[in-house]
Amino acid sequence: MSNLNDLYQEILLEHNSKPRNYRKLDTHSHNADGFNPLCGDQISLYLQITDGVIMDVGFQGKGCAISRASASLMTQSIKGHKVEEAENVFDEFRKMLTEPDAVLDFEQLGDLETLAGVSEFPSRIKCAILAWHTMKAAIEETIEDVTTE
Amino acid sequence: MSSNYLPFDVDKIRADFPVLNQMINGKPLVYLDNAATSQKPQSVIDTLVNYYSTENANVHRGVHTLSQRATDDYEEARDKVKRFINAEKDEEIIFVRGTTEAINLISQTYGRSCMSEGDEIIISSMEHHSNIVPWQILCQEKGAILRVIPVNDLGELLLDEYERLFTDKTKLVSIVHQSNALGTINPAKEIVDIAHGHGVPVLLDGAQAIAHLEVDVRELGCDFYAFSGHKLYGPTGIGVLYGKESLLEEMPPYQAGGEMIKSVTFDETLYNVLPNKFEAGTPNIAGAIGLGAAIDYVETLGMGQIAAYESELLQYGTGRLSSIEGLKIIGTADKKGSVISFVMEGVHPHDIGTILDAEGIAIRTGHHCAQPLMDRFNVPATARASFAFYNTKEEIDVLVKGIDRVIEVFS
Repeated sequence: MSNLNDLYQEILLEHNSKPRNYRKLDTHSHNADGFNPLCGDQISLYLQITDGVIMDVGFQGKGCAISRASASLMTQSIKGHKVEEAENVFDEFRKMLTEPDAVLDFEQLGDLETLAGVSEFPSRIKCAILAWHTMKAAIEETIEDVTTE
Repeated sequence: MSSNYLPFDVDKIRADFPVLNQMINGKPLVYLDNAATSQKPQSVIDTLVNYYSTENANVHRGVHTLSQRATDDYEEARDKVKRFINAEKDEEIIFVRGTTEAINLISQTYGRSCMSEGDEIIISSMEHHSNIVPWQILCQEKGAILRVIPVNDLGELLLDEYERLFTDKTKLVSIVHQSNALGTINPAKEIVDIAHGHGVPVLLDGAQAIAHLEVDVRELGCDFYAFSGHKLYGPTGIGVLYGKESLLEEMPPYQAGGEMIKSVTFDETLYNVLPNKFEAGTPNIAGAIGLGAAIDYVETLGMGQIAAYESELLQYGTGRLSSIEGLKIIGTADKKGSVISFVMEGVHPHDIGTILDAEGIAIRTGHHCAQPLMDRFNVPATARASFAFYNTKEEIDVLVKGIDRVIEVFS
């Protein structure tokens, strides 16, 4: 499959081996745990939201390269942004993975475009989207753990 | 047992499995996910087509010819299963959906009727979720307690610890015969003997073992044995619960409905005799007949020959994989079925699975429905290659090349 290289791009592999914001936030306003029961991927996400702005974000967890890199890229993408901007990016990101004909705002996606290749691997889309579901749950302060199922 | 295949002719055998002859992602399919489900020989596929084309009817009810044919074939399949596992009587063979349903049947009938508060069930830490959760539910319902036999670092049960778990409250032992995640073949006979020494019956989960070992329930002495047809080269949705007649007789029915009754009035219902008592509703007739065809097929090869050939594959695969730097095999028991579970330094099993798929290689990645076991070995998941008699050493070489590619991508 020629698009294997599109999947495991250098940026993705680099974020996998050196994930950004990989830490628990001792003080945080929101947090949530996400699980992918199929894979056993697991993520704990912490957000410090002040006046509607994500001032700080951190995550920890276990998972495949795609889930880890996606979480790392997500933290970079949402840090310092308003909550609704983060949610808009999630919508755009989801479109990129699940709607092949969608017109995308690549400026808004930024480095997240690295994960575009995941759309060719339906069994891995859940890995890429786990961190984002967890973010949404943290923002909405869902009490129960999130799963991708 | 006669064999058309002496000596073991893998090329000829592969030609019996149409699914193997295809390209996946531009590469010849290398199917190494047999512990999840096995492929079906043409004879099984033909049996299903023939059944629906020529004799489809309901069983045990009609006086018409088709119904009689379907009933005869369905019951003949039961008889084949009986012979295959060397049960004493056809009545001891209950058709179910699969291993999971067989275990649930035991927990909901035998378990419910004999357990009370404070009673204990022994399982092991290498059980599939389907041999954990039904017992947890029963324990919650009855206030009973689950005891778990630990395993050593090789993935072998600690039999001394097992013996120590027995108390006068122990009501049932339910253990996997061959581990799906590690490949470990447990000393089933010894497990049964120890339990019987304490007067406790044993259920063996044979989901994996049935396709790779000669299973003789009378020699094992087990009280119940459960397996699925689809891992034995048969259709999905059909499985078997073997139970000793005396125990099955005593047990209350599982599901209620047609077929399982002798007579019904609004005041009282009399249950049917074995095995029908446990087969409420129209069964998976085609599935059972297809399972019979699968048994015919493996008997032509000979279970002993299958086991010997697969053991050769395991040995070859273990040698090749263990020489790969950064790769660690999880489950190195002395007695093992043809399963190699492994992890690689710095690469998650799911990434291994995706990269191998691009090379046409199908393996399983994940926790293999055995999360407590993954915790025991301190891994979130493993990659698992599992071999059947239609696999070859050349395919293992392709797997090794695929793993080289994984290393290359992640270097």
